Amino acid sequence: MDIHEYQAKELLNKHRIKTLKSILCHSGEEAYEAFLKLPAPLAAVKAQVHAGGRGKGGGVKIAKSADDAKSIASKMIGMNLVTAQTGKEGKLVRKVLIEEGAEIVKEFYLSITVDRKNAGIAFVLSAEGGMEIEEVSKNNPEKILTVSINPLYGLKSYHILEMSLFLGIDKNLFGEFSKLINLLYGAFTLEDMSMLEINPLILTGSNEFIPLDAKIILDDNADFRHPFFKDLIDENEEEPLEVKAKSAGLNYIKLEGNVGCMVNGAGLAMATMDTIKEFGATPANFLDVGGTADSKRVETAFNILLADKNVKGIFVNIFGGIVKCDMVAEGVVAAAKNIGLKLPVVVRLEGTNADIAAKIIENSGMNFVSAESLADGAKKISKIVNG
Amino acid sequence: MSILVNKNTNVLVQGITGKEGSFHAQKCLEYGTKIVAGVTPFKGNTLFNDSVPVYNAIKEAKKERRIDATMIFVPAGFAAAGIIEAIEAEIPLIVCITEGIPVLDMLNVKAALNCSGSTMIGPNCPGIITADECKIGIMPGFIHKKGKVGVLSRSGTLTYEAVNQLTEGGLGETTCIGIGGDPIIGSPFITFLKMFENDPETKAVVMIGEIGGTAEEEASEFVKNNMKKPVIGFIAGKTAPAGKRMGHAGAIISGGKGTASEKLKTMEKNGIYIADNPSVIAETVNKALNE
Repeated sequence: MDIHEYQAKELLNKHRIKTLKSILCHSGEEAYEAFLKLPAPLAAVKAQVHAGGRGKGGGVKIAKSADDAKSIASKMIGMNLVTAQTGKEGKLVRKVLIEEGAEIVKEFYLSITVDRKNAGIAFVLSAEGGMEIEEVSKNNPEKILTVSINPLYGLKSYHILEMSLFLGIDKNLFGEFSKLINLLYGAFTLEDMSMLEINPLILTGSNEFIPLDAKIILDDNADFRHPFFKDLIDENEEEPLEVKAKSAGLNYIKLEGNVGCMVNGAGLAMATMDTIKEFGATPANFLDVGGTADSKRVETAFNILLADKNVKGIFVNIFGGIVKCDMVAEGVVAAAKNIGLKLPVVVRLEGTNADIAAKIIENSGMNFVSAESLADGAKKISKIVNG
Repeated sequence: MSILVNKNTNVLVQGITGKEGSFHAQKCLEYGTKIVAGVTPFKGNTLFNDSVPVYNAIKEAKKERRIDATMIFVPAGFAAAGIIEAIEAEIPLIVCITEGIPVLDMLNVKAALNCSGSTMIGPNCPGIITADECKIGIMPGFIHKKGKVGVLSRSGTLTYEAVNQLTEGGLGETTCIGIGGDPIIGSPFITFLKMFENDPETKAVVMIGEIGGTAEEEASEFVKNNMKKPVIGFIAGKTAPAGKRMGHAGAIISGGKGTASEKLKTMEKNGIYIADNPSVIAETVNKALNE
């Protein structure tokens, strides 16, 4: 799960990692008061949305006075911030962080991620702080250092030495740097983060290393040992239909197309989307109804698909393994009748009792078409929605 | 012949009395799997299904039974401990079905596995099945039929899709393995590709991948350098948006890496036969075998 910059910094503070003084504000007036409370002559006004690239999109501005802070914050709150990561529709800014200014001597890039290839915890560093790391890795891969830590042995001082030498950090500052890296590694592992990105990490005029920005992704799977994770969720940042699906135990992701997809299994759901595209239509969503696919779940799933007004037709693709297809077919028909479904639906059921299921679908009296294979179904629904 | 499991494999089930565990242990018994013991804390000295002895811990079970493989249904919060328990008990094959294990727990498991002689399948997977002999997992048994194709996959139902075609098309399967949909899994494709290459009954291998990570790229390099048998590949997620987790924890394009097109390009370059959509997997296997 994604969290906001201000929450990420609070989490770092909890682990004794120092950040600049900052105050979260919901209005221009609050920003005015906040500026006066901060000790520095300058402050940054930073939009709090779950997306990177805020600076370029106008989501980070410098205020030189309290009035300035008020006027910037008033404009920023309520604006639709468009960045490289938000998509063209952008994200509504609801709150801003007012942060004291600092004298920046040097900027670095630092992130910690799970290294899938080596099954380790990887530090990624660059002296090119503040830059888009994807750009640096494409154009100047030699300017990036990756140090993978074996979790069994943990972080050692020679790892930190390698990082420090690569970044060209003065040897008098090694102690300070080493302390930060240890604290970050501790925070990452103790809080079950799957990513911690600090861009930039700054060296200040008073020789302190301070995370100027912080982006953290927490591992949802570990929420059972971190009860506070649920307090960090900001549902405003998520697609409303995805939130609704999640609370019903469905895995749903909204896309741009017009074919609603209902599938059991994540891999099959992706393959279904791909095949629809191959036959000339575009999927409106990813939806995994899970292994059981009973009529109650199917009904909830239909309601979520129908809430997306772009949907012109639905493709139900279920591989009945442990569950029998005729049961699924009955569930699909009952759910469709219950909600008065009018859109065309192509149904493909494969597995145990698939033939009985096909008869139930054909004789349902609904606007249903049955398909023999995934490709056949994708072809049929594409033809229907494309007219 | 087959790989890893056959009709003589003695299987232990960890979490045998839970809802999922008991349901699927029952199905495996019906398929003919030799389940010789179960483990559930505080349920020792009881019987599962009036026939399978249940123990409190693997250590106890091992004193009385030979165990070749374990099937784990332990809830996500305790699953990593269950896997480590199996590693410490030196069980040769560990199959973890559990979904939702924290990724940092899996890093520790993986490091422990690397120092052991155990092979692990999963987590977040349907398991392993040798057609008509031994089923250790949650896949529907009836779609499998003894034949000549090995199947490897990061997915569940998509694997059944492929298996169903292979069975209906008369090709049949040797062993099918769901390697798991998580970012950190016990064993990569390569571990099993190697075994299939050495299995005389396996004539071709189907490898079903998806977006995220670089496992398919590494596997295809291995195929090019080490395999004579044809490998047929499919990748799910060509239309998946970047930065979104597509159901499986490991199915995510991050920082522009792990896209389907990137994988397909590398696979094709390394001589993998590509199936353009899941409906033509069996057809592509036939094509590869007839070349």
